[in-house]
Amino acid sequence: MLAQAFGPNSIAHHFEVTDWEGALTKAVALLEKDLRVTSEYLDEVLAANQKLGPYFVIAPGIAIAHAAPGVGVLETGMALLRLEQPVVSGSNNDPVRLVFAFCSVDADSHVELLASFASVMTVEGNVNRLLNEPDLSVIRNLLTA
Amino acid sequence: MKIYAVCGAGIGTSVLLKSNADRVLAAMGIEAEVQAVSINDAMASESLAQIVLITPELHEQIKGIRSEVIPIDNIFNLEELQQKLTAALS
Repeated sequence: MLAQAFGPNSIAHHFEVTDWEGALTKAVALLEKDLRVTSEYLDEVLAANQKLGPYFVIAPGIAIAHAAPGVGVLETGMALLRLEQPVVSGSNNDPVRLVFAFCSVDADSHVELLASFASVMTVEGNVNRLLNEPDLSVIRNLLTA
Repeated sequence: MKIYAVCGAGIGTSVLLKSNADRVLAAMGIEAEVQAVSINDAMASESLAQIVLITPELHEQIKGIRSEVIPIDNIFNLEELQQKLTAALS
């Protein structure tokens, strides 16, 4: 299930310095590259960030950027942008280094997907591997195995 | 017992929270219905949840709800979830 959610272009490093909104923008752009969302989805994500603050930051160093299902979503998907230069979001869990992006076509189809994702992320050592592994294909295997 | 897992849209963070809360509660042997809901739905709901799990950034916005509100700092830390749920339920 996670293997389908992460499209071919969905996992990337980002080496240059950016800020919180820049990081969100680049993570959502990975979804767009894999034709999971249109450019409208980024507007939705940035609006949610404006309205609710950095609540996408759900664990130390880890964010999951998303908006409500529907608007701008073509297919349920996930992406991961790893920031080699961490950013500050304003959350207690700063600085952020892993920015996941996520989109769902409807209110149900992603529930199992996120449950699998939660399982992967709670395995001890996995977050450290995601933070430190230089080889993106190893990261993909870890997330989608 | 009813528990709400709350986030802004009710589809992302709340679903992750629910998923891990289900696992922790099962391990603790506690029967509970955990629902992933948006912050608006949680505030508008007629049937009260005993406990609301929420990320810290949204904590301020849910003040006034008549449930015990538990902010969760690290959604992927099952120990934190278990400790906070144990404290709330004892």
